[in-house]
Amino acid sequence: MDCVNVETLLDTYLDRELDAVRNLEIEAHLKGCARCSESFGDRQIIRHGLKTESLYFKAPADLQKRVQRSVRQAARAETPSYWFSLSWVKAAAPLAAAALGVLLLIPFIGGPSSDELLTQDIVASHIRSLMVNHLADVPSTDEHTVKPWFNGKIDFSPPVSDLAKEGFPLVGGRLDYLNNRPVAALVYQRDTHVINVFVWPSDKSAQVSGPIKTRQGYHVMRWASAGVTFSVVSDLETSQLEKFAGLLKSAVATLPR
Amino acid sequence: MGGQDKLGRFEQTILPHLDAAYNLARWLTRNEQDAQDMVQEAFLRAFRFFDGFRGGDARAWLLTTVRHTCYTWLEQNRRSRATTSFDEEYHGVEEEGLNPSALAIKSNDIALLKESLEELPDEFREVIVLRDLEELSYKQIAEVINAPLGTVMSRLARARGQLKRILCSRFKEKP
Repeated sequence: MDCVNVETLLDTYLDRELDAVRNLEIEAHLKGCARCSESFGDRQIIRHGLKTESLYFKAPADLQKRVQRSVRQAARAETPSYWFSLSWVKAAAPLAAAALGVLLLIPFIGGPSSDELLTQDIVASHIRSLMVNHLADVPSTDEHTVKPWFNGKIDFSPPVSDLAKEGFPLVGGRLDYLNNRPVAALVYQRDTHVINVFVWPSDKSAQVSGPIKTRQGYHVMRWASAGVTFSVVSDLETSQLEKFAGLLKSAVATLPR
Repeated sequence: MGGQDKLGRFEQTILPHLDAAYNLARWLTRNEQDAQDMVQEAFLRAFRFFDGFRGGDARAWLLTTVRHTCYTWLEQNRRSRATTSFDEEYHGVEEEGLNPSALAIKSNDIALLKESLEELPDEFREVIVLRDLEELSYKQIAEVINAPLGTVMSRLARARGQLKRILCSRFKEKP
């Protein structure tokens, strides 16, 4: 191994993340090469400095209480069943019916639901993709380029079809992050409007289809088919967006499995 | 699953990683108050999505959410922030000779080391924090930053290279 190769692997060597064979090769090289071992020494020095305790910020004492309090509050808001365990509900049978009515409301008044959070996330991802000039990791109008690009990047293969003939050309794809998991984002265009289609494997328990939601002027549609959840977001007017969704649904249905 | 049952499991598996969450948030936001807000928000999000946690590495799972929360915040607050630019392809000019012992003195200057690390672009700073401070494996880092192992490897190498350059140039400024 020459110095250039060694230099590129020195950090991985320092982290003990190399395989045994390369590890030995580097070890042998460092013994005989003053320049590389000096370079390695620098890394050890900096690493040593970074390990100083004062560079690790431990959570302030009251943060744990603050976090615990807000999580517990969220837990109460999330589950009506919690309230059933309170003895006054059991004791006051006549009140139970009235209480039930209140309980049914609790999920709605206890902060945003996970469904609403997801909708907000979808809109945020859409805005971010427009803002930071990061629309596509793989800019291509060819479905046979976009689909394979996702191989190895996510744990599923998103259905991709170009809708250029119908007036919604495919522009590309990228990786995004939603619902606490990596998702495929397919980008389409209609005139000057950008449409983001987020695709991820369906969670059986999740209720996915529903009416169009509008947040900050963007429209969001969500549905599931063939084990995959689709979420479409754009500033396109809703009738156009529904048309696009219809086209996408039928295109996906005819894709070879 | 009952909410109290869920809460119990959450407090047992996720809450113990509060320090890790705070440390990452503190380095990404670079100030105490925002870091605390980020941690609280991240824990709330993590709790809401806790049903999706299928066991496995709780710390990496939580840090993924912390990072995501911080990046959303960073994008909204980009105006007021200054770091050197993030250039994944930067290979650097030949390092001007600074002998190791001089570097040793400098890297013992904790305030200087902290400033230099804060000056790094977020994408570089976070891998150093996750590796050298949090001591995560490459595999865990790959999960947290949602990138392939090869990217973790090369980004760490570049991040440390740039950190060394910043240290060296500061050394020249005030020897």
